[in-house]
Amino acid sequence: MATTVLFFIFAGLAIGCALSTVYHRNPLYGAVSLVGVFVSLSCIYVTLAAPFIAAVQILIYAGAIMVLVIFVIMLLNLDEEKPYRRLNYLYALGGFLGIVLLAQTFFVFVAVNKTPKKTIVNPDETVGKTLSIGANMYTEYLLPVEIVGVLLLMAIIGGVILVRRLSQPELKLVVDNELELRNEADEKDDYRIAL
Amino acid sequence: MEPSLASYLALSGILFAIGATGVIFKRNAIGMFMCIELMLNAVNLTFVAFSRYYGDVTGQLFVFMVMSVAAAEEAVGLGIIIAFFRNRMSVDVDDASILKN
Repeated sequence: MATTVLFFIFAGLAIGCALSTVYHRNPLYGAVSLVGVFVSLSCIYVTLAAPFIAAVQILIYAGAIMVLVIFVIMLLNLDEEKPYRRLNYLYALGGFLGIVLLAQTFFVFVAVNKTPKKTIVNPDETVGKTLSIGANMYTEYLLPVEIVGVLLLMAIIGGVILVRRLSQPELKLVVDNELELRNEADEKDDYRIAL
Repeated sequence: MEPSLASYLALSGILFAIGATGVIFKRNAIGMFMCIELMLNAVNLTFVAFSRYYGDVTGQLFVFMVMSVAAAEEAVGLGIIIAFFRNRMSVDVDDASILKN
């Protein structure tokens, strides 16, 4: 009973904040609403007995991704969007897509409610403990974890290259400079010895 | 008395539909980016709900991977937006029409 009430409260919060994200033309209001979506989703994860995922959601999404988005909004000094000036039939098409997706959601809801097995398998046991997730990450799912490591490396390199200005000089290796200096010093010594 | 699995899937579908319409309607690049994050979170909710209802931890591990991919994509995407802004002083995606005609 308590879980149902909590689910409806947080679901209502999530949907309200999501609508607010899409509605506002000022990107800063949209960003703050999106943080509200993330926090309410994290509360839903807690009611779904996934404490690790709830904590990681706050850490990564609300704590890192949205902070960076707000940095960029403030850096670029973005204004509100100006009123729409696109063709009208494109908006009708977009609205139609939204209605189709909502109809599919309704269909899935009705279909899943008709399936025979729809209660929790082990209600008293949680599989989302940090210990079990960590154990699985390093034994059975080791390959995806390593691939994610390489992916993050690619993101770092991509980020550095994207914002590099082309007028910057290339980095000269310190070793090359040192060799040149030593060669000049050797030539000077021979001259003095000859004298 | 828990809500059924269908309730979580319905919430996820509604959030995904809102995000998809947002991506189409928004003209700000940052706004489109935020709606993409909304869609990714809807999918995360689906995974966690299935993980709870079938007692399998695989769903939550995949949520972890999805979050890492979202963070990486966000870093590179914001870099692209900043590079785009340097050249033309606006993040309106309707202005990104050099390849047209």
